[in-house]
Amino acid sequence: MKDMKTKFSVKNIFRNQIFIPIAAMLLLLIFNLILDPSFFKVTLGYNSAGNPVLSGYLITILDSGSELAILAIGMTLVTAATGGQDISVGATAAIAGSVILRVLCGGNSRPEHMQAPIIVAFLVAVLASMLCGAFNGILVAYFKIQPMVATLILYTAGRSIAAWINNNELPVISDESFSYFGGFIPGICIPTPFLIALLCIIVTVLVMKFTTLGLYTQAVGINEHSSKLNGLNPIFIKFITFVILGVCVAVVGLIKVSRISTINYSVIAKDIEMDAILAVALGGNALGGGKFNMTASIIGAYVIQCLTTTLYKFNVQSDALPAYKAVVVILLVVSSAPTVRAWFTKTWAGITAKNVKEVG
Amino acid sequence: MKKKVLATLLATTMVFGLAACGNSSDSASTDTANDAATTDDAATADTTATDDAAAADDSASSGDLIKVGIINNDPNESGYRTANDKSMKEMFTAENGYEASFAYSLKNDEQITAAQKFIQDGVDYLLLSAADVSGWDSVLQDVADAGVRVILFDRTIDADESLYEASIVSDMAKEGETAVTWLKDQGLDEYNIIHLQGVMGSAAQVGRSGALDEAVKNDGWKLVTQQTAEWNAEKAQQIVQSVIDSGEKFNVIYAESDDMAKGAVAALDKANISHGVGKDVVVMGFDCNKWALEELLNQNWNYDGQCNPFQATYIDEVIKTIEGGGEVAEKTIIMDEKGFDATTITQDDVDSYGI
Amino acid sequence: MRDKAVLEMKNIHKSFPGVRALQAVDFTLCEGEIHALMGENGAGKSTLIKVLTGVYSKDSGDIFLKGHDKAVAIHSPQDAQNLGISTVYQEITLCPNLSVAENMFIGRTKGFGQNWKKMNAEADRILKSLDIPAKATQQLGSCSLAVQQMIAIGRAVDMDCKVLILDEPTSSLDEGEVEKLFKLMRDLKAKGVGIIFVTHFLDQVYEVCDKITVLRDGQLVGEYEIENLPRVQLVSKMLGKELDDMSDIKSEQSTYKDSDNNAPVFEAAGLCSDAGIKLFDFYIKKGEVNGFTGLLGSGRSECVRAIFGADRITGGTVKKNGKTVKITKPIDAMKNGIAYLPEDRKRDGIVGDLSVRDNIILALQVMQGFFKPISKAQAYKYADEYIKLLSIKTASADTPIKSLSGGNQQKVLIGRWLLTHPEYLILDEPTRGIDVGTKIDIQKLVLKLASEGMSVTFISSETDEMLRTCSRLVVMRDRKVVGELSGEDLTQNKIMSTIAGGDK
Repeated sequence: MKDMKTKFSVKNIFRNQIFIPIAAMLLLLIFNLILDPSFFKVTLGYNSAGNPVLSGYLITILDSGSELAILAIGMTLVTAATGGQDISVGATAAIAGSVILRVLCGGNSRPEHMQAPIIVAFLVAVLASMLCGAFNGILVAYFKIQPMVATLILYTAGRSIAAWINNNELPVISDESFSYFGGFIPGICIPTPFLIALLCIIVTVLVMKFTTLGLYTQAVGINEHSSKLNGLNPIFIKFITFVILGVCVAVVGLIKVSRISTINYSVIAKDIEMDAILAVALGGNALGGGKFNMTASIIGAYVIQCLTTTLYKFNVQSDALPAYKAVVVILLVVSSAPTVRAWFTKTWAGITAKNVKEVG
Repeated sequence: MKKKVLATLLATTMVFGLAACGNSSDSASTDTANDAATTDDAATADTTATDDAAAADDSASSGDLIKVGIINNDPNESGYRTANDKSMKEMFTAENGYEASFAYSLKNDEQITAAQKFIQDGVDYLLLSAADVSGWDSVLQDVADAGVRVILFDRTIDADESLYEASIVSDMAKEGETAVTWLKDQGLDEYNIIHLQGVMGSAAQVGRSGALDEAVKNDGWKLVTQQTAEWNAEKAQQIVQSVIDSGEKFNVIYAESDDMAKGAVAALDKANISHGVGKDVVVMGFDCNKWALEELLNQNWNYDGQCNPFQATYIDEVIKTIEGGGEVAEKTIIMDEKGFDATTITQDDVDSYGI
Repeated sequence: MRDKAVLEMKNIHKSFPGVRALQAVDFTLCEGEIHALMGENGAGKSTLIKVLTGVYSKDSGDIFLKGHDKAVAIHSPQDAQNLGISTVYQEITLCPNLSVAENMFIGRTKGFGQNWKKMNAEADRILKSLDIPAKATQQLGSCSLAVQQMIAIGRAVDMDCKVLILDEPTSSLDEGEVEKLFKLMRDLKAKGVGIIFVTHFLDQVYEVCDKITVLRDGQLVGEYEIENLPRVQLVSKMLGKELDDMSDIKSEQSTYKDSDNNAPVFEAAGLCSDAGIKLFDFYIKKGEVNGFTGLLGSGRSECVRAIFGADRITGGTVKKNGKTVKITKPIDAMKNGIAYLPEDRKRDGIVGDLSVRDNIILALQVMQGFFKPISKAQAYKYADEYIKLLSIKTASADTPIKSLSGGNQQKVLIGRWLLTHPEYLILDEPTRGIDVGTKIDIQKLVLKLASEGMSVTFISSETDEMLRTCSRLVVMRDRKVVGELSGEDLTQNKIMSTIAGGDK
């Protein structure tokens, strides 16, 4: 039995969930390697403030994919526990961003100095988007409304709420230190968004290790009745996943507003919910809930960013991006279909059998 | 099984319910400038005479006020729209002799509903910034039959000219031409341009892109990349980042909105590429946001083209003319729009033209 | 082919990753014969059926049908149906909101046209010929389960079937309904249809079948005439060992001696829940095995669910060792040392996609709390311990529980609760739908646990199972406790009369 556990075979790789996003990532990287190896060039330069920064396509992917990776964490949990997705994350990120600006500006849309420490603004934003998450969570967990329908409310209303928070003003923060979160911290050459994403991932790993969140969400997602009879409170667990997603959204909101030091309510984090859901799917997680693989989701998020960056690199019209993503979705759905998988396994078995024969 | 069916049913009802909610909340945003309660629904609409607006300002009797119904796009859509809405609200007040009701929507059918309601309310003027160019003929005919005069602002529509008194619009193509002429006058050695477009097909995008495309064709300018960033700063940042990563040379950023220019500049800063007056890259934006004009004042950007949101004063003039028994000379009134150069802009310009 | 044989399967092989499900299995079915296919869970019965109906494709072997010279190829259920092989499953797979006639003809009309009148008349003719008490225009959902089952059979028969497979058709039927079903089966037999009957109920096999084919571990044990194979031998063939185990149980029974000064561990007074049971009182003592009995729907499960806090409690108190404890939800009960194995294994028990390991540790983990996860190493240790203790057949502790056979799933669930070291274990129908061997294992386990001092409540639809294990029975009728039997009174007759209310 021990052998079975540690045994590592090609067959197992195919069956492993994490195979899909890694294969997709490799495919994209190989594509770039063949067409233009300069894709992999990373250079150390200085930004206009004189700080050392790394640059290159790979760094851009790590930088721009951060928000998606952070959202993927929360979205994976929500998907696992509720078997549905939160489509309000983009709008909630707008709310979080708006709250941050509101607190920092203190009502004046173009303040000389920040009116509050950034950490305070961020914590208020965390609170606000946790509240949004809690609102969704109550609708889904307690009132048993389908997640997509429940989150449709904030999806529709969120951006108006975000605008209302700042009285329809578009505040601009001129303080240099605020742009660190979406850019670079002086002296550190790695983009801060990636560092923040890394921090979120580490926290997630720790939470997974030192709590039973993973087991509980999966158990509730797979069989609610059974979980209940095993002493779990499915309502609370579903609720809490939405609140956790809320925290992720607040972090995303901070990065987003910091990137440009201002906000545009109608386009900030636009369509990010669909990308986040796609990341979860790309990670091979069942969108119907149940078992999940967090690592796969996070890799999935970076795969999406890698695709986006690649398309920009080749000057593909950016409004055609969704069409390419659709192609990915199709490939994904087809390749995860049981029949296709069986075919892969069989074909592979055929190849290896042949090789063995030839060797023998 | 039964439960599932029931759940699906319930969910469906919910969706419809929500859709209904959405509708009602949108029409509920049909509120007056002074008080939301006045035009809450048809019941109160019949008795609009007892208006809070009038009550708030006892000095003017309600009979003297000119009633205007204003149908606009959602003010959250952009800074331009916010400024536009704000100027409307500042102009059409009881002090200026108006009694105004507002309706906001980005959807044509909801705007038409609002128009019909304004007819019932008996407004004197209908001010309209239509969501779509078509589909307005019949409702405008109704409006004309009711003796209401129509003034279009910001956007034109596909309807007979006789159906409206005036159309006060920006000439986006002219905005583009002004900008491109300015760029030509800079006399750069070579023109390697990153062109960041707005949402494809929008009037602003078509107008502002047209002039540049023309110049690229005729003057041998080079487009390093031409991409739509859909008015989105982040997307603009990614597109410019991508060009920087590729190592291609460029010296002009022609962004069709201030937001996109800002995103582009963020990417430049990250790569330590200097920009602004006398620097490596020329940065051009549109819309004249106050913060953008400040960037010009600080010489970080080079040019900002105006898209005038202050139609209110023009409308006021048109109404005054009609009320005074005069004729409106031109049906289509093109507003004055400037282009600001970083080398000549003053603090006064920022204060008076910044939105 | 043998004379009169309608179906012959020869040398069938089928393997799944890691399991050889069928090895060189032969099976022959004759015209006008009811043939029982017997075996423990995991013996290969359902695999064989699925190969025959085209759900699985076989690895090797041949299938011959009467009227076909060569071996037939069956690649899909559609193929099987076209060849005259029909299946009626345990769960009814018809549409309850359509009419009887629509259900009988659904998917069989050619083109888009439909002559409703003709269809109804045709349906009535079939119903009448098979003596099925239903009308063509009646909504299917309004028929009893047995009649629905018979309509499914009627549909199968009408499709010119030569081989009819009945897969556990009786598990949700009561005795009268089973009788009706058997009559229909005999009628069909008389018409020359060959019937394959898969069931766990030995009595039913001996009542209706002509032949028995026994499978074990994917291999053919043999084909027997019914009269040549007494029950005991059948069971021992299925288990593959001589059967003294039954008598073992007998000797172990009633080692529990009740003494009056022994105070109850748990007692409930005036307990009721929103699941619709009337107020009831209850107690259990240390090392005692008691049971709830009554017809299906009499409220036995609801009672134990109320004790466990699984439904919303609407009144009453529970005392543990004389002290009142508050149990409003399962976690309260678990913390007070109560464990509950639910009746519906699939719906309430297993967490299908999770591994055997996670399923075993789940309850203990929940009791330990959110911030004290059981380490992976520890979890494997627990899992291996209970896999060994309960001899659970699984490829590894990482295998998803849903790929185990029913009996082994049940053992995993029992392992889950034993791991919490409960003082009081409630087993609601732990033996339903699982094979004889596992049933006996579970009964023995119950008695062993009780002798070690655990209190156990055991619920089963099979009265002799209850009589074997329980020392006291609570009898229920119409969601009310109507009697309590122990000692001398523990006889089949007494139970029956109490359930029926014959005392009065």
